Amino acid sequence: MSTHYLTRNRFASRPSSRMLFIWLGFAAVLMLAPQILTSSLILSHLTQMGIGMVLALSYNVLLGQSGMLSFGHAAFSGLGAFASVHVMNLAGDGLLWLPLPLIPIAGALTGLGFAALIGYVITRTSGVTFAMITLGIGQMVYASSLMFPAFFGGEGGVSADRVYGDPWFEWDFGPQIQVYYLVAAWLFICVAAMFYMTRTPLGRLLNGVRDNEERIAFVGFNPHLLRYMALMISGLFAGIGGALMAINFEIATDEVLSLHESGAVLLFTFIGGTATFIGPMLGAIIGVLLTKFLPDYTAGWQMYLGLVFVLVVVYAPGGISSLIKPSLDVLRQTVSQRRYASFLGLVLSAFMLLAGTIILVELMYHRASGAAGSLPLFGVALDHHGPVPWVVGTVILLGGMLTIKPAGRLLFERLSIGESAHQGGKQ
Amino acid sequence: MTGNILELKGVYKQFGRTEIIRGVDLAVKKGERLAVIGPNGAGKSTLFHLISGRLPVSSGQIWFDGHRIDDLNAQSIYRRGLSRSFQITNLFHRQSVYENILLAAMWSQGYRYTFWKCISQLQPLHERTREVLELIGLQSRHDIAVNLLTYAEQRALEIGMAIAGGSNTILLDEPTAGMSRGESDAAIELIKTVSVRKTLLMVEHDMGVVFGLADRVAVVVYGQVIACDTPEKIRANTRVQEAYLGVVKDKQKEVRDGVA
Repeated sequence: MSTHYLTRNRFASRPSSRMLFIWLGFAAVLMLAPQILTSSLILSHLTQMGIGMVLALSYNVLLGQSGMLSFGHAAFSGLGAFASVHVMNLAGDGLLWLPLPLIPIAGALTGLGFAALIGYVITRTSGVTFAMITLGIGQMVYASSLMFPAFFGGEGGVSADRVYGDPWFEWDFGPQIQVYYLVAAWLFICVAAMFYMTRTPLGRLLNGVRDNEERIAFVGFNPHLLRYMALMISGLFAGIGGALMAINFEIATDEVLSLHESGAVLLFTFIGGTATFIGPMLGAIIGVLLTKFLPDYTAGWQMYLGLVFVLVVVYAPGGISSLIKPSLDVLRQTVSQRRYASFLGLVLSAFMLLAGTIILVELMYHRASGAAGSLPLFGVALDHHGPVPWVVGTVILLGGMLTIKPAGRLLFERLSIGESAHQGGKQ
Repeated sequence: MTGNILELKGVYKQFGRTEIIRGVDLAVKKGERLAVIGPNGAGKSTLFHLISGRLPVSSGQIWFDGHRIDDLNAQSIYRRGLSRSFQITNLFHRQSVYENILLAAMWSQGYRYTFWKCISQLQPLHERTREVLELIGLQSRHDIAVNLLTYAEQRALEIGMAIAGGSNTILLDEPTAGMSRGESDAAIELIKTVSVRKTLLMVEHDMGVVFGLADRVAVVVYGQVIACDTPEKIRANTRVQEAYLGVVKDKQKEVRDGVA
């Protein structure tokens, strides 16, 4: 609970120079990531992470900042995607002037327009009612995609060619790397804009409506109007995300409007953490890793996804981002107090949990797939017909489950004792 | 309207078939401190909810500063210069003390639904926020999340939020409820300070507070104002004594003990 950023003069210039450093670092990561990770598959994943970040951040304007749970976010991003595909086709046919890098503006206007159209009515209430209405809106838009094939292209969707018009500085946005940089540039703009928004009176008011919508009225503001504005801002950035999706895949199908898409945004925003600005971005990275990267390695990726979600809900309801600082603190204290042995105990126990889970899940999927041969895992061939690997997996998992709490408690006890002894020594 | 800033004319409020407010007529003079007293469940808080727009009236009229306000919503009434605190602490619970006051001061400082200005550069807003923090004595606690404040501090913050917008009329709903004697004394001093040159309406149970602070006292019993007069005359009023029966005598004794 720090109000440092609210006042400029009170806390000198250090935070602002640190902020500048963070922004430069963010830009550098965006610039250098594809130079370091050069594989074309990873480049595609990076592009999707960027798009996912825009979508998750736009979703968090509702969920994290304004306390509005929406099940229909895909309506905004999906309509943005369809509009962008059509505008790309129009521009490609020379009927409209809009170079590819500016296509997200069309998506933004579509998302904003749709939010403005339906938002006033649906933001009258918050909570469960709002959630149910957004579920309905999402399904309505999805249903209309099959009812109006002229715009939505029916089951095949609408495709477009992103290479059109004159190239920008010799970039025609054909190669994936150029699309990546286009996404990265828009990501940077969106992150900056949405971050700035949290620092404005409106951003503070949205937090107010999240925390206590009744009191907001008694300090002079209209909670309904604030929710409406939140939905429009969220729709605008969701539209940009949808446009980037359309540019990346060169197609928009009814899938982008589906409940599955809305659910994914909610899921990964939540896993990343809604309480911090960085949480949804982290969630987007985890999302791509779990749903795009992991399927290349294991058939059981959905099992892992489910496990991660359940674990986050139960043990870290603030999301993965809420664990960063405590973990760093523990790490720092471990190093400063040299409690490596107990730390290693905790790591070992966590590793056993992970290994046991992986062994059992992989064995199950291997068995279910009806494969005859043994399962190669961590360089060992596991024969799923015999009991040995199952027993070993179960024992390791149980070992992890039984030791993780005592190991954690031991480490924390050692650390806090060390801490107080250290402070005592100082005094 | 001769110096009356707030007037209630034949106000009724019913929930279903239950009548809570049964024909209240009340005139509040500009600049006075009016205490509203009455037994539990008499409808004091409901009366405040009707005036401040939290609940709609069933029938009757409420006039504020020459305008009829009984059909306005809460934010419109606030913008006309009437603000309130709540009996049950009603803050922005996930935010710090500073942020709470900041939000309460925002409208009056002219920053409406602004999304193009960075809040750290709005100096007048921060000046006003610090001023209010100093007034309610929470400047050293500005960085603390409100749910970590002590109860008395939360009540002080409630008052601070009611005054931060500079409204000329303030409704305080049991500002000292649940406080110890010492805390309550401090709260009364605070209320005296912040209500200078303002109109103050206050629901209060503590008779010591009422007679020490109020210019006039309105007695609400069973949804009606049965008397509204100076504290001395209220004390002597037989109808009030009847309505309160033993209660008033006990309370008066308490007051005398408190003074002694």
